[in-house]
Amino acid sequence: MDSYLTIKDILAGYKEGRFSSTELFRYYKDRIARLNPTLNAIITNVDHQHGDFLASQNPLPVIHKDVYSTEDVETTAASNILRGYIPPFDATAVTKLAEANFITLGKANCDAFAHGTTGENSDFGPTKNPYGLEYTPGGSSSGSAVAVAAGLSPLATATDTGGSIRFPASLTNTVGIKPTYGRVSRYGIIAMTSSTDSIGHITRTVWDNAYVLNKTAGYDPHDATSAKVQVDDYLEDIEQGVKGLRLGVPKEYLENIAPEIEKAYREKVDTLRNLGAEIVEDISLPHTEYGINVYYIVTPSEVSSNLARFDGIRFGQERSHFGAEAKRRIMIGTYCLSSGYYDAYYLKAQKVRTLVIQDFAKAFEKVDALIAPVSAVMQPKLGELVNDPIKNYMLDVLTIPVNLAGVPSLAVPAGFSNGLPIGLQIIGDYFDEKLLYRIGYALEQETRYFEQTPKL
Amino acid sequence: MRLDIDHVAKLAKLPLSKEEKELLEPQLNQIVNFIEKLNEVDTESVEPTFQVTGKTNELREDVVAEGLTQDQAIKNAPNADDGYIVTKGVFVDG
Repeated sequence: MDSYLTIKDILAGYKEGRFSSTELFRYYKDRIARLNPTLNAIITNVDHQHGDFLASQNPLPVIHKDVYSTEDVETTAASNILRGYIPPFDATAVTKLAEANFITLGKANCDAFAHGTTGENSDFGPTKNPYGLEYTPGGSSSGSAVAVAAGLSPLATATDTGGSIRFPASLTNTVGIKPTYGRVSRYGIIAMTSSTDSIGHITRTVWDNAYVLNKTAGYDPHDATSAKVQVDDYLEDIEQGVKGLRLGVPKEYLENIAPEIEKAYREKVDTLRNLGAEIVEDISLPHTEYGINVYYIVTPSEVSSNLARFDGIRFGQERSHFGAEAKRRIMIGTYCLSSGYYDAYYLKAQKVRTLVIQDFAKAFEKVDALIAPVSAVMQPKLGELVNDPIKNYMLDVLTIPVNLAGVPSLAVPAGFSNGLPIGLQIIGDYFDEKLLYRIGYALEQETRYFEQTPKL
Repeated sequence: MRLDIDHVAKLAKLPLSKEEKELLEPQLNQIVNFIEKLNEVDTESVEPTFQVTGKTNELREDVVAEGLTQDQAIKNAPNADDGYIVTKGVFVDG
């Protein structure tokens, strides 16, 4: 069996009778057993009764990030404080994927509570990048990105609060969607920053990614922030191409980026131009640099509130079991929200957030979408930044403004440097995911980086 | 020193060891300096944004719906007895 099947391949394989569901699932189980001890992408395996997937027609594999509640399957958010916690219900995204024939293979490693950018804040140990085991695969959805990059599953779910899908996707040659805030229900997903948490997923190809959003998107009465906006068919116009689209180059995103990233980025912009897109240079989003400062007020503030429920009384362990990063965020957030400081920090941050949103609104008056790098730096080595919170935070400098505004962004592969993957993001206006897939698909068909699989 | 680590830890009900406080204190102050960069931005006439897609409070119909059973609701509690969750006393020790 091909090691790197996509969802599209699997659907075709079933149709043509090339393999049975039993063969397919045994194949993934064996591959996980062989490779996961090295990669540490999966922290809980789900054992199936044979009948589970035989009962389902053409079952497809999925691995859920461990912040997704899975009924009767341990859910820890990769934190010691939740070891042994067995949710009595499924997250809405898990339910919807199960209804679409996705069967859970396991739970993916991540930075504990999704706090982090390198995967190293996991209490289960770091996940390794399959393109270079000494490098970080990015975080916080480290295990999700690696599970897909290494062919342990064609799909892994993830969350993007400040870049936690796009950053690891771009470091592992995979495709990651951060949908519009409210496009996919947050119900049952362990909350981090309630005002920016976005529920998305990682796949190997753009087509697969659109296929999955077709299943997960939509209003959910259990999540009052989920949008009552009509869901598009994200596959409908995916092959339409980019001819006539106006795509913007946001100039602030190109300041201080690594030369190999700038080179890969510029080549891809040229590719899009050659495919018929009109490239608009020098689009300015002047408050980009402040996004990171806004984020590190808003996020710890909302984290301190969301993590208040972890009291060790109804579930989980005592609060001393939080990891160092959760403790830092609880402390900063509590400080920012404390009496006398709220106006100076949280309210001030939410005002600057308005300016970040206005930047995007003005940009989308001029262009249909923005093309930008995801990361300013190449993959750090594991251990390199572990004692420096600020340097860790800075890794998300180009992904955070999207979360503050709530607009969607699709990360797609943009090439390699010395064998290490580079990604770019296509940023759109609210609920414009369909357009992002169309652009991403056109670029992917031309570049075909998904064929450059890791040597494992 | 701007952030009083003992006071904030108390507000957060977060038990921190002496070693943790020594590690966290300089880091937290570094982070506070980092976020204070926002003081550079003039926000005199800017309204704050709390909800990006413009939704306002949403109420559901006041109807009885199924929820978790009592067993499901307490099955993860470290200390439960006879269908109740056992906690420390609030007004007395123990």
